[in-house]
Order: sequence, then C-alpha cells, then structure tokens
Amino acid sequence: MYLATSLLDILLLADWNTRVVVIGTSMLGVAAGVVGAFLVLRKRALLGDTVSHAMLPGVVGAFLVMQAFGGGGKSFAGLLLGAAIAGVLAAWAIPVLRRATGLKDDAIMGVVLGGGFGLGIAMLGVAQAMPGGNQAGLESFIYGRTASMVQDDAIGIGVTAVVTLLIAVLLAKEFRLLCFDESFGRALGRKEGVLDLGLMVLAVTVTVVGLQAVGLILVIALLIIPGAAARFWTDEFVRMVSLAGVIGAVACWLGASISAMAPDLPAGSIIVLTLSSLFGLSMLVGTRRGAVKRIIQSRKLRRRTGWQHLMRAAAESLESQGTDTWTIEQLSPLRSWSTSRLRALHRSAIRRGDIISCEDGYALTESGRTAADRVVRNHRLWELFLIRHADIAASHVDRDADMVEHVLGDELVAELETILAGSDVALVSPHALGGQA
Amino acid sequence: MDRPPEIQPTVARGSEHDPDAAISIHDLTVAYDRRPVLWDVDLDVPTGCLAAIVGPNGAGKSTLIKACLDLLPRVSGDVRMFGSPWRSVRSRVAYVPQRETVDWDFPVSALDVVAMGTYGRLGWLRPVGKAQKQAAMHALDRVGLSDYAARQISQLSGGQQQRVFLARALVQEADLYLMDEPFASVDAATEQAIVEVLRDLRSSGATLVVVHHDLQTVAEYFEHIILLNMRVVASGAMDETLTADNLRATYGGRLTLLEQAATALGRLSKDR
Repeated sequence: MYLATSLLDILLLADWNTRVVVIGTSMLGVAAGVVGAFLVLRKRALLGDTVSHAMLPGVVGAFLVMQAFGGGGKSFAGLLLGAAIAGVLAAWAIPVLRRATGLKDDAIMGVVLGGGFGLGIAMLGVAQAMPGGNQAGLESFIYGRTASMVQDDAIGIGVTAVVTLLIAVLLAKEFRLLCFDESFGRALGRKEGVLDLGLMVLAVTVTVVGLQAVGLILVIALLIIPGAAARFWTDEFVRMVSLAGVIGAVACWLGASISAMAPDLPAGSIIVLTLSSLFGLSMLVGTRRGAVKRIIQSRKLRRRTGWQHLMRAAAESLESQGTDTWTIEQLSPLRSWSTSRLRALHRSAIRRGDIISCEDGYALTESGRTAADRVVRNHRLWELFLIRHADIAASHVDRDADMVEHVLGDELVAELETILAGSDVALVSPHALGGQA
Repeated sequence: MDRPPEIQPTVARGSEHDPDAAISIHDLTVAYDRRPVLWDVDLDVPTGCLAAIVGPNGAGKSTLIKACLDLLPRVSGDVRMFGSPWRSVRSRVAYVPQRETVDWDFPVSALDVVAMGTYGRLGWLRPVGKAQKQAAMHALDRVGLSDYAARQISQLSGGQQQRVFLARALVQEADLYLMDEPFASVDAATEQAIVEVLRDLRSSGATLVVVHHDLQTVAEYFEHIILLNMRVVASGAMDETLTADNLRATYGGRLTLLEQAATALGRLSKDR
C-alpha cells in the first residue's frame, strides 16, 4: 500500500525535486527519441554507441586536466565538456578513417568504439588512484546517476534537450531528404556533409546529456530503441519521428519515477528495460508491421483462398457433371487438398451460409451461387488475360491464374473487363475442367 | 600518358565551350580510386534536344551524369550548363537517379517523395506547404499515379517507383533533365508512359540527357546520341551518329587496351 501511494506520488510528481528530475529526464527522452529516429533512418544506429563509448577518455581526461590545474576535478560542466570534445572527435574520426583506409563503416566504428573505451578504462584506473579520484563520481558516467540528480542538473538536461529538439524539428524536412536520397539532395545543392555534421552534433549533444541519466553504455538504447519501435506503428516519416519522441519520454518518465522511489535500482537500467518492453510490445502488436497484424493478414488470405478454391471447385464440378449437388469425394481429386481440410472448408462455408448440407452431399445456397459465379468469372477473366496478353499456354494458365486471382481487387477486375471487353467469348474455361480430364 | 593511337576524336574541338549548348563538357576525366573511368570527355549537347547516352556496362554512363552534377570528384575538366557552372544554374537542372540507389522501405508516401523536388526552391527551413503539395500532385498526375499519392513507397511496383522519381524531377520545372536509366526494369506500358512524358518535356523546350541501355529503341525514342565507352566514341544527331562503325567502336573489343591501361594505372597508384 505504501509502495503504491509513493509510486503514485512520484508519477504525479508530488515532490518538487522529483518533479524536476522526472520532467528533465523526460525531455531528454523526447530529444533522444527524435534524434535517434533520424539516426535509424540514416542507417547510422551504431554511431551513437561509438560516440558514447569514446566519451569516456574525454571525461577522465577532463578530470585529469582540471586536477593538474588545481581545479580539484569536480566541476561537472568541465567533465561534460571533455565528453563532448571526445564525442565530436570520435564522430569526426569515422569518415576520416573511412576515406583513409577504404574500410566499411561498421569495422571502423568497432575500432573507434573499442579503442576509445579501452583508453578510457585505462585512464580511469589512473585517475582513481589519484587523491580525490574516487569522489569525483567518474564511474557514474558509465552507468548513469539519475537517482542523485538534483534540480540544477535536471534543468540543464531539460533545457539542452528542448533546444536540441527544436533544431531537430526545424531541420526535419532536410533530414528526411538526407536519409532517403542523399545524392538527389546533393543535386539540389544541399551539402550532405553539413547536414550529417548537424545530425552528428545533435546526437553528440543528446549523448552527453544522456550520460547523466543512463550512462554511456546504455545511452545507445535511449537513442535507437524509440525509433526502431516507432517503425512498427507507422509508415509516415513525421509520425514515426514524433512517436519515437513519445516512446522515449514515456520510458524516461517511468524509469526516473521508479528509480526515485527505489534509489537502489539504477535508473539507467530501468529506463532501458522500459524501452525494451515497449519495443517488444510494438514488435508484437504494432499496427503497421507488428507480428500479430502480419499473422492475421496471412491467415485471412489463407482463409479467403481456401474459400475461393472450394467455391470454384464446387461450381466447376456442378458445371461439368450437370448436377445440383456434389460430394466431398467428387471434389477431392480436383485439387491437392486433404480430405480433412476439404471437410473443414465445407464446414466454414456452411457457417457463412454459402452452401448447405443435403442428402446427396452438398448444394449451393442462393447467395453461394452468386459468390461462386463471381469467383469462377474472375478466374476465367484472369486466365483469358494471361492467354491473350501475356502469351501463357492454355494448359499452364490454370495454375498461374490460381495464384493471382486471390489478390484481384475490384479495380483490377474492372480493368480486366475493359481490356477483354467486346470479346465474343462467353466466359467458358479455356482448358478442360478437372472433373472431365 | 598518350592516347591509344587507333582512337581518333570524332569531332575536332577547340578549348572554348559552346555557349548555345545546354550542357558543354570539356576535357573531363573522372577516376574511382585513381582508376580512370572517364577519359578526356569533350561533349556538347544542343539545347532543346532529347539525347541518349549509350554504351556497354562499365562505360561510365552514370559516372558522366554524376560528374556533371558534382556528385563525384573530377580529376580534371570543366562542365558548363547553359554557359555557366552547375552551381550557379542548379535550379534549372533536374536529376533522376537510378531507382536502386534508395531504400524503398523508407517511411514516406509517393507524394512526400515527389514533393522533395520542391525543396530546392523552398530552402532549408521553409516547410512543404499547400502550393508544393499541389505541384507534387500535378506531377504525379502527369505520370499517371495520382491514385497512388498516399501509398507508402514500398507498396508501389518497380515501374511505379520509377515514375515517382520522374515526377519528382518534373516538379523541379527545370530546363535540363539528367536521367540515369529511367527505363531500367519497367514494363512496356510504363516505358511508353515515360517516353510520352519525355517528349512532352522536350516539346516544351527542355533538354533531356538520358542514360539508356536498349539499342533497339534508342533511335525511336531519341534524336541525339552520345556513344560512350570510357571516352566519347561519337556524339551527334541520331541518323548520322548511330552507325555500325561507331557501334563497333563502342561495344567492340577495340577499347580493351584503354581499359587495361586504366587498370594498370589504378594498380600503380595503389602500390605507391
């Protein structure tokens, strides 16, 4: 009960300091989500990871320099400046190394990430052996320190995030062009180097700010997961980028709130776990590309295909036998379907009211008759089109038509009718029907 | 390096650019990784004509177009469009890249892509507004895709994607169109539709330079031809230039010497 009320207090931001921290972190979530979505679309997702890891030597280096000049090494702004310089250097080194070596980006990023982080860890060892080294909180840059964040930190984070976000929104149109078709952009006179630099500066800014919240190892998640998750919900650029911002904000809000309630849990990991859960959820139920949606679609197609096969087999069997009813045994040899599948198809057609079961087997209802006629007609239209306009032999046409007709829309059927209009051929099957062959 | 002896320039040229040409290229050499792909290209395309660039694979057809638009660095040479460098007339020049150069899974609609053609006039910060969308709709209509404006681009067929690229160039309302294989992997109906649009543009006074790879149709679609194989083998009016000799010189084995030299040169510069 205590837990529930305190969580509610925090989520509703009852406490002033918590309120500032949570809002600041959430603004960071929005900015990281939006900038990260551009990185995902630019196919530079790992750039953020490389830059963040390479920031460690910058942080420790800044500490050592400040120590040497008697600053005590505790100026937080100084440490962040060191991180930013190292981040920009790393991001700048990637294209330079690419040009100099001809290696691919992923290999170069591996080198820069590993080299930078290794150097940082070594320097961290040196720094921590020095007096005051342990108190400087250098390690908090690796895992983040949301819990110990104070009002001023949070305001700094929030303001930086909002400025970053504004720039990102202003340039969204240019980033869309850059990410989709950079050579066309250059042909319009855009300097893609300048835009890439801009995107990189935004990413470095978000990363530097994110170091405080989630630490340099996990900041990649804050950048990339929102954009990746948003793609499951929409096919539209602006919507995807905005949704990435919302996902980032929600995760940071929850993460910062929970960690304010339980300070022993590192906020960074809670934020990232929330993000991962949102990603998993999007992957499953996303309305555009979610797994559930795709499964439903393929089942729908399968069901419709099965129904169309049954209706056509029934109609053609009736046509060739000259009867009003059919039996399962008669339809069975017409296609390669198992008897159990055929029975299942009959059951579902009865449920739909298209066929009825009678003494001699099965018969079409009135609505079933109309539907079956339409299916047969579409199939023959398509066959005729293939024979006349695509030069496919009449003996092969059935199978090819069979595959396409299930996806024929009304538009296409109308077009087929126009193309084949005036043909004196009543729509009879161009090949022998299964029952007669 | 001397020019291999059996290759003679078809037309003798001075160093001056032709001021009446829509595009005038002088002494252009382009190299990938120091391996030359285009040697000493000298070329004039008269204003208001429908010109094809034809040549075998690896002849440098796309490279020529990209080099004209500064998309590739030049080793040497000078390109003028309407008498000026590309940078100062770029709003009069439209470009249709090859379809495979972009990710068609990208989250944009056909209309969004076509509207990108208006970005040049819009500048960096102005958003796409009503007027731009209308222009994009009109361009989509011209290529017969107005019903597909809202479709996400991965749901378009290859030919429709190609027409979206064409519409994006139309929206630029340019005087010179550079097109890289607009007929690649499109069906016959789409090809006809594209040819119609090209002819329309041509009769409204525009100049079109199109990379084309089908010798069967080149004489039917175009009135000016540039035969290219690492250098300009011949260029001029279709009926005078599309000759058996020129074709043999473009596609035949005579140029392997040039290619070998290029490979050797590339190797040399890598060893160094």
